[in-house]
Amino acid sequence: MFYQESGQFSTRYRQDGRALRLWQQRAALWALLALAFGLLPLIGNDYWFSAILIPFLVLSLAGLGLNVLTGYAGQLSLGSAAFMAVGAFASYNLQLRLPGLPLLLSFVAGGVVAAAVGVVFGLPSLRIKGFYLLVATLAAQFFVEWLLTKFAWFSNGNESGVISAPPLLVAGHDFGSPAGRYLLTLIVVLPLFVLTANLVRSSLGRNWMAVRDMDTAAAVIGIPILRTKLLAFAISSFILGVAGSLWAFTYLGTVEPHGFDLSRSFQVLFIIILGGMGSILGNFLGAAFIVLLPIVLSILSSTYLSGLLPAGQLENLQKIIFGVLIILFLIKEPEGLARLWQSWRARTRLWPLRF
Amino acid sequence: MTFFLEVLLGGLLAGVMYSLVAIGFVLIYKASGVFNFAQGSMVLFAALTFVSLLERGLPFWLAFVLSLLSMLLLALLLERLVLRHLVNRPPITLFMATLGLSYVVEGVAQALWGAQVHGLDLGIEDTPLELGGLMLSRFDLFAAGSAGLLVLLLSLLFNKTRIGLSLRAVADDQLAALAVGIRLQRMWVLVWAVAGLVGLVAGLLWGARLGVQFSLSLIVLKALPVLIIGGFTSIGGAIVGGLIVGASEKLAEVYLGPLLSGGIENWFPYVLALLFLLLRPAGLFGERAIERV
Repeated sequence: MFYQESGQFSTRYRQDGRALRLWQQRAALWALLALAFGLLPLIGNDYWFSAILIPFLVLSLAGLGLNVLTGYAGQLSLGSAAFMAVGAFASYNLQLRLPGLPLLLSFVAGGVVAAAVGVVFGLPSLRIKGFYLLVATLAAQFFVEWLLTKFAWFSNGNESGVISAPPLLVAGHDFGSPAGRYLLTLIVVLPLFVLTANLVRSSLGRNWMAVRDMDTAAAVIGIPILRTKLLAFAISSFILGVAGSLWAFTYLGTVEPHGFDLSRSFQVLFIIILGGMGSILGNFLGAAFIVLLPIVLSILSSTYLSGLLPAGQLENLQKIIFGVLIILFLIKEPEGLARLWQSWRARTRLWPLRF
Repeated sequence: MTFFLEVLLGGLLAGVMYSLVAIGFVLIYKASGVFNFAQGSMVLFAALTFVSLLERGLPFWLAFVLSLLSMLLLALLLERLVLRHLVNRPPITLFMATLGLSYVVEGVAQALWGAQVHGLDLGIEDTPLELGGLMLSRFDLFAAGSAGLLVLLLSLLFNKTRIGLSLRAVADDQLAALAVGIRLQRMWVLVWAVAGLVGLVAGLLWGARLGVQFSLSLIVLKALPVLIIGGFTSIGGAIVGGLIVGASEKLAEVYLGPLLSGGIENWFPYVLALLFLLLRPAGLFGERAIERV
């Protein structure tokens, strides 16, 4: 009812290979982009940018990184925050020690360093799998946190490991204002999403899914398991590394190694559980959920339950709600919010008729 | 030499406490194939319940029984609300459900009993005991003793009783066990409750050592490398793994720590576990999986 796909035929292979096949989808995408680049910077206030939009974008990117590894390649990881930390501290050190290095390039380089670290910790994945691999990623988590805290060189001599982002100058233009930081984040996040969305549709993406679904069978049909898995680790860590740099540079402006502890890894994992494993859209939905839930809860409690819930209990309540939601989603909709969105769309196609 | 032995023995005794957490984990993994990340939260929940009841003036044994009952209630609720709906799902889904569970249990425990540190006195003094020139902590010996007793009781339960027989049947093959009339759901409640008991004992020992506080739930992170080294399905493996982790982490901290500016206790067991895995991917006592297409 709301939109029809009938009558839209692909007459060329190029058209058939498009990610968004319907013109309505493409129009919606352009409208979203116009909103994100044109309208939001005009009407948004500083609170929106700093407390909602920037963390939302950065966390979606982190979710995307983990989704490549867990959702597409099927390798469970609890070390996401470690790779974010590597990216953040690598970008910082590159900025510090190579004066004149363009900011965007240092994000990329931070991602590359994180990818290298990811490959090292992904190496055991050839021999061990499943829950045993979890331990390798946890080793990364604790080792990186320890390394960055203990050796002050990484934070340029700051004993507690705190780093502060340099001024955000890109091509002579200062992106230091909240709206500027939002735009800079958007400029980095969007291309990575487009690239990854295309990557998972490529042969490499199909190899990942084959390994995820059954790696023994994948090996039998000739997929190079080690290379496929290591590429998943490398690309996932690259994305997580860039997300970490953004977290430090555009979101917080300053960060310490404990900002990337195990609970941050859990947060990223929850984004992909709630949003949807093996879904690109799911990362946005999951991140939006994670960012908005605490805000909504605190608004609700301050307006309706003012004084009834002390701040500490609010945090406990938030934990309980997260836990219950995760269990509920796993039981009712293992494919997450993205799946809910899809079935809603399928419904609107037939509306007002039922299935 | 004496110093080395003291460090080694101290490490071994600390390792017994890790084993205790790991055993609760092995029980659940064996009987239901669930990689239970919430074991640490269960330890926290049990210890917090016990301490709070004690602080309200209940005698020791009554508080112990009531905490046990609360763990049984937790197991019942869990089977009803979570496990029953997740039958036949992939192990990764079950694992993530226990992650959610650990959030719920921690949140409920702290909402009920508060987040402050509770002191816990079990009446055993932590004075050093001299044995053949070595100084040993009395409390550690007591902890090792109770852990040994617990393992003895568990192995009696598993090997000499009808329930134990059913449990072993469920562990071997759930479908076959169902087919011969074993009630799977009842077994799940039982095994989660037993894991709750083990968690309670672990929580009391750890709580007496460190105070009952939120960080107790992080003990699960110490138990993971223990499991990896020992294998997920062997109680004996959990004990051996605990001893290896406890001893090597203390020795590494003392002898390697100064070279690496200290604090390596957090990640050393994991690196050790990784090295073990590269040699034996299924752990020391784990079952080797055979894969067919």
